Amino acid sequence: MKSLAELQAIKERTLKNMSARNDSEDATRIVVGMATCGIAAGARPVMNAFTEEIARRSLKGVTVSQTGCIGMCQYEPIVEVFVPGQEKVTYVQMSAEKVARVVNDHIVNGNIVTEYTVGAVAK
Amino acid sequence: MYRSHVLVCGGTGCTSSHSNEIIEKLESEIAAKGLQDEIKVIKTGCFGLCALGPIMIVYPEGCFYSEVKVEDVPEIVEEHLLKGRMVTRLLYEETVQEDTVKSLEQTKFYAKQKRIALRNCGVIDPENIDEYIAHDGYQALEKCLNQLSTDEVINIVKDSGLRGRGGGGFPTGLKWSFAAKNAADQKYVVCNADEGDPGAFMDRSILEGDPHCIIEAMAICGYAIGASEGYVYVRAEYPIAVKRLQLAIDQAKEYGLLGKNIFDSGFDFDLHIRLGAGAFVCGEETALMTSIEGNRGEPRPRPPFPAVKGLFGKPTNNNNVETYANIPQIILNGADWFKSMGTEKSTGTKVFALGGKITNTGLVEVPMGTTLREVIEDIGGGIPNGKKFKAAQTGGPSGGCIPAHLMDTAIDFDNLTAIGCMMGSGGLIVMDEDNCMVDIAKFFLDFTVDESCGKCSPCRIGTKRMMEMLEKITEGKATLEDLDKLEELALYIKQNSLCGLGQTAPNPVLATLKFFRHEYEAHVVDKVCPAGVCKGLVRYYIDAEKCIGCGMCARACPADAIARTDYIAPGHKLASFAINPEKCVKCGACMDSCKKIQAIYKK
Ligand SMILES: Cc1cc2nc3c(=O)[nH]c(=O)nc-3n(C[C@H](O)[C@H](O)[C@H](O)COP(=O)(O)O)c2cc1C
Ligand code: SF4
Ligand code: SF4
Ligand code: FES
Ligand code: FES
Repeated sequence: MKSLAELQAIKERTLKNMSARNDSEDATRIVVGMATCGIAAGARPVMNAFTEEIARRSLKGVTVSQTGCIGMCQYEPIVEVFVPGQEKVTYVQMSAEKVARVVNDHIVNGNIVTEYTVGAVAK
Repeated sequence: MYRSHVLVCGGTGCTSSHSNEIIEKLESEIAAKGLQDEIKVIKTGCFGLCALGPIMIVYPEGCFYSEVKVEDVPEIVEEHLLKGRMVTRLLYEETVQEDTVKSLEQTKFYAKQKRIALRNCGVIDPENIDEYIAHDGYQALEKCLNQLSTDEVINIVKDSGLRGRGGGGFPTGLKWSFAAKNAADQKYVVCNADEGDPGAFMDRSILEGDPHCIIEAMAICGYAIGASEGYVYVRAEYPIAVKRLQLAIDQAKEYGLLGKNIFDSGFDFDLHIRLGAGAFVCGEETALMTSIEGNRGEPRPRPPFPAVKGLFGKPTNNNNVETYANIPQIILNGADWFKSMGTEKSTGTKVFALGGKITNTGLVEVPMGTTLREVIEDIGGGIPNGKKFKAAQTGGPSGGCIPAHLMDTAIDFDNLTAIGCMMGSGGLIVMDEDNCMVDIAKFFLDFTVDESCGKCSPCRIGTKRMMEMLEKITEGKATLEDLDKLEELALYIKQNSLCGLGQTAPNPVLATLKFFRHEYEAHVVDKVCPAGVCKGLVRYYIDAEKCIGCGMCARACPADAIARTDYIAPGHKLASFAINPEKCVKCGACMDSCKKIQAIYKK
């Protein structure tokens, strides 16, 4: 070890891998419905796509977790996004392809992707 | 990139309740479900809630599972990790909420704690140096080596007000400055991880949960005093701590954080581990150094102090594990930050090992000045079974007890000394109404009688004589005059022993005599043990009015001490039984045999 820069590099690299352990109150939470129907409908690739996208962009304060049956099985895979201080947003019939857009528009830029939400799809 | 991290406690407490098997099972179940690339299992150090172990935390939800068994693992993997449904029955009760869980920090056990020395315990993987670095590890060392002069480092430590956590409470910065001042061709840094106080396990948990912080702190100390070599003296009964520390040293060497020319600063530092055989006296610093040198661990008179003539006759600085654990944080955050916690003369925090009659046995770290009441009632969860708090023993065999009426004492070095107690290393044993204080004093004295190294007679012979007097008292054979003699001898041993072991050995007796003299007097004058503990003084009786004459007790009695009388109580058909105190050996078997009728009692 020769310099602070080397130390910092290890720190950054490792922190990224440890980010799953931040359960702070003001984190944005992405919750994927992962009950039997969700998994059958392809929730797992969706969740993995979120994890990867967030790691790729080195987003801080964002966690991806899973939950059980949300209760609208026909709309699976379902993803709920909780931004602190805002209403929950529910995305339905998600796919790995749609993930990048949700992360970019909603998580990063704060614009809800209306056409993927329950409201739009259920009409 | 893992979406979920599962932290399993690998501290000594949880390891003994099979956390290793849990980890193995977790890994095999995760692999069986094909989740090995999504979920990472990490073995951490002690979380502090050892009573609830084995402990598992699942992130990102922050789910806190307690008392997990190997058989529970498939359910956790299937339900939680695969399907995302928390296993509610295993959640720590207090954290269960409507649709999510409370984070650990919000539970009563953690909310009042302030974790500095324990900041990484249960948070990082102690066997992975990168995780320590990710939590700002080794930045303090870099700062010292490349940005601060040795005087500046010592001044920061001095200004922080940090005092030794090994028992004495000596100002750490001042100690460092002594060793720094003495010029020599070779100096040493020593870390005291002997932890001999029965019931204490703070130092073990730090070494197990965050070994790198000790390495970093010792290197900082080496730089400050001008030493290029260090020794950690750990007791051999701490195999997990030794293993992780060795691993950490190897990793640090590989990264060049130990060895030659660290951070290109020209500073060299190397670290060795020495195993202690577990004699209490080897925790005394002069005995400890004699032991490292390869000789029999006996104390020698001070002065000369280690700062002048320490290890191998060279100037040496010795600190306790917890003392060192504070150093990197003080360097990084500054003296003022550290001083903002605690009291004026006892800054920072203190780690306590809670044990005895308390709901949450475990490890807690609180700001100095927290009251005993807060520690016991809020963090410790109070006394189990609705019993009443009687006293808390601090400082183990060298300390004393804090009685119930002083429960609001703010715990710091000086307040405890003022009431005739001492901080000690941090063991905190809680006693309730069922504990006999004479018996407690006897327990600790028994320990010191065994551990006295025998080099000086006040300690070797004196503690033995004190023990005999206590035995007389608990057998109901002592007089009031004996109490005075006991006190006199105790004070004499304090003044005339060679080392701290003998000088503090009478403390438990003196403190209990001070606060619970009435209990001693009850033993001596009334020949009763109010708590019903001292076997020699209890007597068993059969209540003739309640006894139905079944004879179960007489059959259970191994001493043939129970016989039928000719008294038939009103409403009963058979004559009652009675105990002959001459024959009774006080085993209690009769009482157990009469659980249903409850006609037998002891007093
Ligand atoms: C009998 C006896 C046992 C001791 N045991 C320990 C021990 O286990 N750990 C410890 O750090 N200090 C122990 N000490 C105190 C050490 O002698 C020494 O004061 C301490 O390690 C200094 O470190 P500090 O200034 O960081 O507290 C013991 C002292 C005596 C007299
Ligand atoms: S006080 Fe006790 S332990 Fe210390 S040197 Fe004397 S005999 Fe040994
Ligand atoms: S205490 Fe034991 S010895 Fe005494 S009467 Fe009961 S059974 Fe017999
Ligand atoms: S050893 Fe696991 S919580 Fe203390
Ligand atoms: S023998 Fe008397 S009540 Fe049991």
